[in-house]
Amino acid sequence: MTSEFRRNATSALQQDDVQTNLNRVVHKLREHRQAAWIAADEWRQLRRHCQAIRENAVRKLPQLLEQLETNLIRNGIQVHWAETAEQANHVVLSIMQRHDAKLIIKGKSMVSEEIALNHFLMQHGIQALETDLGEFIIQLAGEKPAHIIVPALHKNRRQIAELLHRHFPGYAYTEDVDELAQLARKILRDHFQFARVGLTGVNFMIAESGTLCLVENEGNGRMCSTIPPVHIAVTGIEKVVEKLSDIPPLLSILTRSATGQPITTYFNMISAPRQPGEKDGPREVHVVLLDNGRSTSYRDRELAATLRCIRCAACINHCPVYQHIGGHAYGTVIPGPIGSILEPQQRGLDRYGELTQASTLCGACTEVCPVGIPIADILNRLRWDATRQDADCSTPGAGSGYIPAQTALWKLWAWQCTHPGAYRLSTRLATRLRVVLPGYFDAWTNVRTMPKLAKTTLHERLKALGIDHE
Amino acid sequence: MNNARDNILKRLHDYRISEEIPADSDYASHHDWNTEERIKRFSDRMKAVHAEILNATADSWLNELASICSRKNLRNLLLSPHSQWGKQIAAQAERFPPLKYFSQPFEAWKNELFTDVDAAFTGAYAGIADTGTLIIQPSPDEPRSWSLVPPVHIAILEQHRICTTFTEAVARGSIESPLPSNLLLISGPSKSTDIEQTLAYGIHGPQALIVILV
Amino acid sequence: MSEKTATSKPDTVYLFGTCLIDLLYPQAGVATVKLLQHAGVRIIYPQAQTCCGQPAWNSGYREQALAVARAQLELFPKPIPIIVPSASCARMMKFQYARLFAGQPDEAEARKVASRVYELSGFLVDELNIQLHDSGAPLRVAVHTSCSARREMAVANKIPELLKHLHNVDAVEPQHAEECCGFGGTFAIKQPEISAAMVLEKCRHICATGAQQLVSQDYGCLMNIGSALEKQGVALAHQHIAEFLWERIQDRDP
Repeated sequence: MTSEFRRNATSALQQDDVQTNLNRVVHKLREHRQAAWIAADEWRQLRRHCQAIRENAVRKLPQLLEQLETNLIRNGIQVHWAETAEQANHVVLSIMQRHDAKLIIKGKSMVSEEIALNHFLMQHGIQALETDLGEFIIQLAGEKPAHIIVPALHKNRRQIAELLHRHFPGYAYTEDVDELAQLARKILRDHFQFARVGLTGVNFMIAESGTLCLVENEGNGRMCSTIPPVHIAVTGIEKVVEKLSDIPPLLSILTRSATGQPITTYFNMISAPRQPGEKDGPREVHVVLLDNGRSTSYRDRELAATLRCIRCAACINHCPVYQHIGGHAYGTVIPGPIGSILEPQQRGLDRYGELTQASTLCGACTEVCPVGIPIADILNRLRWDATRQDADCSTPGAGSGYIPAQTALWKLWAWQCTHPGAYRLSTRLATRLRVVLPGYFDAWTNVRTMPKLAKTTLHERLKALGIDHE
Repeated sequence: MNNARDNILKRLHDYRISEEIPADSDYASHHDWNTEERIKRFSDRMKAVHAEILNATADSWLNELASICSRKNLRNLLLSPHSQWGKQIAAQAERFPPLKYFSQPFEAWKNELFTDVDAAFTGAYAGIADTGTLIIQPSPDEPRSWSLVPPVHIAILEQHRICTTFTEAVARGSIESPLPSNLLLISGPSKSTDIEQTLAYGIHGPQALIVILV
Repeated sequence: MSEKTATSKPDTVYLFGTCLIDLLYPQAGVATVKLLQHAGVRIIYPQAQTCCGQPAWNSGYREQALAVARAQLELFPKPIPIIVPSASCARMMKFQYARLFAGQPDEAEARKVASRVYELSGFLVDELNIQLHDSGAPLRVAVHTSCSARREMAVANKIPELLKHLHNVDAVEPQHAEECCGFGGTFAIKQPEISAAMVLEKCRHICATGAQQLVSQDYGCLMNIGSALEKQGVALAHQHIAEFLWERIQDRDP
């Protein structure tokens, strides 16, 4: 039976325009990243440093969260905790209701995707408007982001032009990228001015100062966090770092890994709502700290490395599988290699276990990860968790991939490989009989010929050549 | 939500791995740039992201500002007459387009800011050479939205306040401590690459960023 | 660390032939032996060897992987290098054994074996400084570097270095060489559509080089790419680097 993932992937592989658009954008992103590192030494040193920062932050997570909370509250920022997506959604809803707000303007936030906030608010009569250009396009198309930093990478300018024209026929049709951007500016500007509540994600939180840091190029995140009277930031609990001096290296490695930029246009550090004497800024700032399965990863030393992620998307951009199937095929909020280790840990191997197989374990992801997450090793580990029958594993859905017949085959294989006499006999027989591998290998022969077994094995040939065996 | 808080923290405390990993590696700034080099790097990086750099002196900067106002056909200029630099502009108001200032809270001038202001003028707290970045610290005189909403943002930066890197700016205390309610790093006018990874400038924030270096 | 000293070449090595070469491509194993002998090295090939355990390890069957890997450990007791004509299997032994044997009573032994593992092309260049003389006709050769060779094993530059000895060989690297060929062991069977798309793209880039021949240090990739080229009817021979080198240095009588 073909899985949903395989059906999705096949469908993406059959769409020529998706293939062309994906291929173009991932290669551009790789070139940009490559160009951002003039000295390989500098990259390695900075990566070691950033890995240490994130590793320490994850290890001290509970203390840092408590420190962060204390400092946020002292600064006048309201802190909300949510164990689940549902709790987080209700926090946002109750703030909206308190302010009698029917519209929320949103800066880019993958956590809001994770909790399916837009859908939830719509059910309660509240419109959520995406304002990041890519997210705006995706929302108009009624789709989900195909990438965590370039959500509309699977669409080309013509498709985007047609989409905008269909939704806003009052504006002249254009395929010019500058004009399309100006169009979005005009359409969204009034909303920035009049919305009562703005929502953003968070890139980093500084525990020692109680500060929220937002990274962006467009200015819509600043709009959402500066103009409306209420700003809500939703974030995973793992985004906290210890101190201000942790921020410059992380910012540098984040933007360069993501798009090759030495820095984004805006780096916005919010430590308080509007203070007495200040003329603008939101009167209320809320932070929603979301767990939603993160603390489960925290339980396992090897898997906890997943929590170091700073969502730069370098692993996604460099993944040869993602490059071919795009983000939608994964069926998850976070696609690509990081999604394939993160989503099974947080949502269960029973649901997303197959994603651990959506990799050749080529290691491109591990190679580019700016915080040294051993993504390929964790994929390998989760494949184990999926087949495990012991009780020592805390990964949700552990053992759900256990298939007795498959296990029996592996046991047989292991028996043969641990009994050299049996191994030699069976390989010799196989080569003599020129065993044809079973039809199960249609998957292989669709685009390939079937390799033939040799006439004699290497064991035999080297014995015949008189090569010493000890 | 107190339950959620306690449950999350309890889970984390229960699982906590206690040992420390070695502190930071020997990562440090790689550059040893003198003032001249820092100015050059700052300017080059800024220009690379479509910001304009105007080099001036303490005597000539008003001329530069006046000429950019006329070159850009600015109908007005938002500034604070109380700031170090704003005072000097206000003193020679006749050389500039009509000057605007908002002394009320935001709500009183939000609409005007969105619809009527051509350009805002602010000071910059410091600069970063390596990335071509302004460190802007909004204040009651020069609020957060000024560097965001008007189509043109003009910022003035003293050359000696350009640091080598963000790391150095933090280490040397070029950032106020404790952190102000809002601190911004701005590197060029607003931009997007969401369509085909092709750069488009001036999306939601200012379409032009002009830096006067004195 | 290896017991060899910087000044002396090892005179005896173990060969770990890999199960893939044993069953499907023994000529690559034979060529490996010939090349090493050509460089003056004596080879020991323990006949009880089977597989490094990687297939089970990458499929999540750790218990079976451990049993199979454990059966190999005792076959290589002498403190001499273990040569593996596959970066993928070499990587398994050199880097993954530490994880596989973590907490096991024989962890230390596994680590010792791991420290003596060398991928063939890297060993020929770095440890033997092998000298080769080309006897073949002019030929353009596309080099495919496996992901294990490029990444953990860090031997991506070794085949090009070896080919520099062959004055009639023009070695070329296909575009997007760093992208995986789509083999990935069971990946090719579990995700056949994606694997097919990946290998077909790899074939396009290789064909675009105009090379008459494809070489690699890994038969996993070669089996994948070679079979796909063959299915498309592309006349482009594929060979393990050991076979290719051994053939090129044979004196051919006119």
